[in-house]
Amino acid sequence: MAETIQLEVTRYSPEHGSVPALQRFEVPYRKDWVVLDALNYIKDKLDGSLSYRWSCRMGICGSCGMMVNGEPKLTCATFLSNYAPHAVRVEPLRNFPVVRDLVIEMTDFMVKLQKVKPWIIRKEEKSIADGEYMQTTSQLDAYKQFSMCINCMLCYAACPVYGLDPLFIGPAAIALAQRYNIDSRDQGAKERMNILSQHEGIWGCTFVGECTEVCPKNVDPAGAIQQYKLTATKEWFKSVLMPWGAR
Amino acid sequence: MTPHETNRATQYTLYHPRWYRTRVSTYWWLRKWCYLKFVLRELSSVFVAYFVVITLLQIHSLSRGPEAYARFERLMHNPLVIALSAISLLFVLFHTITWFNLAPRAIVVRLGGMRIPDILIAGSNYVAWLMISAAVAWFILR
Repeated sequence: MAETIQLEVTRYSPEHGSVPALQRFEVPYRKDWVVLDALNYIKDKLDGSLSYRWSCRMGICGSCGMMVNGEPKLTCATFLSNYAPHAVRVEPLRNFPVVRDLVIEMTDFMVKLQKVKPWIIRKEEKSIADGEYMQTTSQLDAYKQFSMCINCMLCYAACPVYGLDPLFIGPAAIALAQRYNIDSRDQGAKERMNILSQHEGIWGCTFVGECTEVCPKNVDPAGAIQQYKLTATKEWFKSVLMPWGAR
Repeated sequence: MTPHETNRATQYTLYHPRWYRTRVSTYWWLRKWCYLKFVLRELSSVFVAYFVVITLLQIHSLSRGPEAYARFERLMHNPLVIALSAISLLFVLFHTITWFNLAPRAIVVRLGGMRIPDILIAGSNYVAWLMISAAVAWFILR
């Protein structure tokens, strides 16, 4: 008989129960299977009502983030062989409301992401005839790491500050704001400062650092936030010491 | 469900009775070593403050003459105070080392288009620590 592995999966049906419960499934164990493959097997063969998000299966779309044995993981990049022969527990991402089974409600993150204006802001747009905004490789290097974010929200699930204070803007949104702040083509740092320098912005972060540990793209949101704290402090000192310089 | 309720359910609201929300446990910081380490690092600030107060008291008693300073020394020789100082020393070392190691994450220095390696940023903190400690030791023990 083929080898199998146990999966304990959170089931939550808002129509039938008020509290989520774990359901056990036995799925074939294959060395090349990731947790997402096992969930797809359950949906195809064992219980078609299981709900979860996924799309690209290659660590790009950021849809399949879940808690695997208590750790926030992209299930498409987490192999069953890391846990076999023990059971694998799959739960919805922590710190978010659960809509059904493994599906979380992410509007809060989307609203915050938009708030920090993660796009290039120019005081005056060049016309197309004037050509593109040029950038050197070292200018690209300055922000490239932060631009790798795939909005998978694993960092929000790892952040105890976000868990305790849902108003906190959170790691990914701040890292993306910083990505544009240090982009040589951008001129919107002052606009973003108003949102980021609030208590719910960078100052809410206490530098636990777990966001960086769980990031599947090595973005280092914790680093981005601390670097922005330094920038904000320097700006504050400048505004106090040289009030005439403020614009 | 009435049409009115259906309409409401499709809108995004902060309060949604059908979403399940877990509460963060009061003991969340015991769940993982890294969370506990973070809480200990925060707690270590109390012991840093304790050493600052002790140093201020020491300078104050020094300024009030030999008798006051002898009283201060007697207080510091109390076994309870020695135990507290020993625990504080451990916490202050923990505080210093963890923060020095985190410094490269916050301080990004670029020279000639290259980011200065983390070890140099953290290392310069350790070197400054050693030099200042050596200067203080020389000043007191000479």
